[in-house]
Amino acid sequence: MSAVPLLKVNDVSKFYGSRIGCRNVSFDLFPGEVLAIVGESGSGKTTLLSCLSTRLMPTSGIVEYHMRDGQYRDLARMGEAERRFLMRTDWGFVHQNPADGLRMTVSAGANVGERLMAVGDRHYGNIRAAASDWLERVEIGIDRIDDQPRAFSGGMRQRLQIARNLVTNPRLVFMDEPTGGLDVSVQARLLDLVRGLVHDLGLAAIIVTHDLAVARLLSHRMMVMKDGAVIEQGLTDRVLDDPREPYTQLLVSSILQV
Amino acid sequence: MATPLVVSEVAKSFTMHLRDGIRLPVVANVTFSVKAGECVVLGGPSGVGKSSILKMLYGNYGVDEGQILMEHDGKLVNLATAEPRTVLEVRRATLGYVSQFLRVVPRVSALDIVAEPLQARGVAIEDARARAAELLSKLNLPTALWSLPPATFSGGEQQRVNIARGFITDHKILLLDEPTASLDAKNRAVVVEMIAEKKAKGTALIGIFHDEEVRDAVADRILDVSAFSPRKAAA
Amino acid sequence: MNDLATYNFSYLDEQTKRMIRRAILKAIAIPGYQVPFASREMPMPYGWGTGGVQVTASILGPKDVLKVIDQGADDTTNAVSIRAFFQKVAAVAVTTKTKEATIIQTRHRIPEEGLREGQTLVYQVPIPEPLRFLEPRETETRKMHALEEYGLMHVKLYEDIARNGHIATTYAYPVKVEGRYVMDPSPTPKFDNPKMHMSEALQLFGAGREKRIYAVPPYTEVVSLDFEDHPFEVQKFDKPCALCGAENVYLDEVVLDDKGGRMFVCSDTDHCEDRRDCGHAGHMLARKEAAE
Repeated sequence: MSAVPLLKVNDVSKFYGSRIGCRNVSFDLFPGEVLAIVGESGSGKTTLLSCLSTRLMPTSGIVEYHMRDGQYRDLARMGEAERRFLMRTDWGFVHQNPADGLRMTVSAGANVGERLMAVGDRHYGNIRAAASDWLERVEIGIDRIDDQPRAFSGGMRQRLQIARNLVTNPRLVFMDEPTGGLDVSVQARLLDLVRGLVHDLGLAAIIVTHDLAVARLLSHRMMVMKDGAVIEQGLTDRVLDDPREPYTQLLVSSILQV
Repeated sequence: MATPLVVSEVAKSFTMHLRDGIRLPVVANVTFSVKAGECVVLGGPSGVGKSSILKMLYGNYGVDEGQILMEHDGKLVNLATAEPRTVLEVRRATLGYVSQFLRVVPRVSALDIVAEPLQARGVAIEDARARAAELLSKLNLPTALWSLPPATFSGGEQQRVNIARGFITDHKILLLDEPTASLDAKNRAVVVEMIAEKKAKGTALIGIFHDEEVRDAVADRILDVSAFSPRKAAA
Repeated sequence: MNDLATYNFSYLDEQTKRMIRRAILKAIAIPGYQVPFASREMPMPYGWGTGGVQVTASILGPKDVLKVIDQGADDTTNAVSIRAFFQKVAAVAVTTKTKEATIIQTRHRIPEEGLREGQTLVYQVPIPEPLRFLEPRETETRKMHALEEYGLMHVKLYEDIARNGHIATTYAYPVKVEGRYVMDPSPTPKFDNPKMHMSEALQLFGAGREKRIYAVPPYTEVVSLDFEDHPFEVQKFDKPCALCGAENVYLDEVVLDDKGGRMFVCSDTDHCEDRRDCGHAGHMLARKEAAE
């Protein structure tokens, strides 16, 4: 068990003018830990995810990341070049809509290989081998390696997006509703895949979802957000089996039983 | 350590916000300990809080007051206040749980579900699978089922997968929530034998068994949970 | 000098030329970097070399000797028109001889003959942004240049190899200038890319419609992008030029009749004539002479 956190979040708030995006959020994320942020639409979970992943600048508060060199760096104070480098090497970001995270007009192989080329890999054979390997891991047939994602189903696109993000062996992956918009059987397959990859690679992940079943299956820890604030957090099965806050109890009691 | 689990003055209540915030006290002043090699069975009528105690011990339920001390990795951990990742680490290495129902993961085979806790402790997949196969055959689960995901299994079959998963590791503390509820006599006997083996190896076991025959066969001590009734504690 | 040349030498007013010269100086100072400039309306349509003409107009002096080529030829419409234009508006000497020219404006070729110090090659550029077709947002491509994020450029080459088994890009082949900026060499055949490397001449690029100027100063490193296992290669031709017998030059295909007859000749007309004047002869020329 690693003793030092990968991400330290201290009192992060984001205001849109006078409107609250999220407020006073603090937590540590450790290597290999999967954190689910749940809450209904407008609760601030996506704003928080954006603040953590440097897609938005927090109004106040500090987000620090444990770099590979062992130093903690304040993400807001990092130069843009370094931040973007971090985002495409040590981090991943899986969008709800795969079209936002993929290049729809280049082949699946190139989508996966892009990050490798971005960090200086200049051997076509190696890049292609890595791409094939990753397509296999996300259960996309090797015969589709030269097809564009435009020709893929929603579930395949999402799996391709995951492969594209994981090819550089990131340590932290952000996911925004990764199973949103997929039908249930496709969802189950994707969840199982993500669960396996997170486990095998020892990834830390922050997953925004409104689906408590997704949180239950994937996450170790959960934060429940309402009106921009974290109202309850803890071990995922503790929050789901013994919810304390009125809103969490409402959420849990609203799960459809099949 | 001769006493791997010490529970001291634990209290638990539920506040039901959806029902006008009524407070339902569950247990209070729960105090007991379990020695290595001992099997303590929680007794008392249903609804008295046996399952709740087990869930608090495992960390599924929060604890309002008191301490749950476990020896983990040479140190004493208070599970009542531990960080989520500490709880997970304790579960991985020290604390096992056989629940009544199997929480199935889509697309994972029965064999791999059983092997998973061993793998999580760093055992090679082949070795973990071999050990899983051993346990599943001991529990008479037909070989044909091993490679299938247990979602479509019968209650008894799922239960046996669950037991194998719980028993595969050498966790020092093992929680058993009615592991024999949906088993036939033959398999109940196998479980009784497996519990005896655990005791011989020095595992501390805490369980709920409604089947008297099994209970009498495994229990070193029966702890009457009605003694922890909050009404009684308040009196 | 004629009236037009004395009114506003080389068509543009002095302030405009100063503005363009400043852009050129900045471009030379930052090799490969695309400098925005206030491109003027020229008396020709976009796509006909308005960028190159503005650059040439801004650097041209009365003593310069101008050569204009289009696809290597001095005698094509575009080349003839631009040459005539500058004769009219600047009254400068013109030539078709690469050796004699001080400024060579070009569309799609670099002369075969090695350029010298003191010469300037002005390229007409249709689309200056090499990342354009991979990332359509200009805000993003500028950021990518600024942060040296060029992985995407290799994505294009990867796609080429995946689809064709080799890098099939044959013109506008991307280069990296002085180890920093990735640059579009304009739609010259990749055959000409090695000539840009450590060239003795100054190379200026003007894109009129896109309002960008960039430059490669003399003796600057220009490296064509490639993969270790698919190294950059120039086109090879099986036969020498049918007229002058030159090898290792870029050839154009010329259809001779409607029965499938054709020949391959130098695209650089001046180079070809030069060689013929020196007595070299390709098989078509030899046959012609034999027939006479």
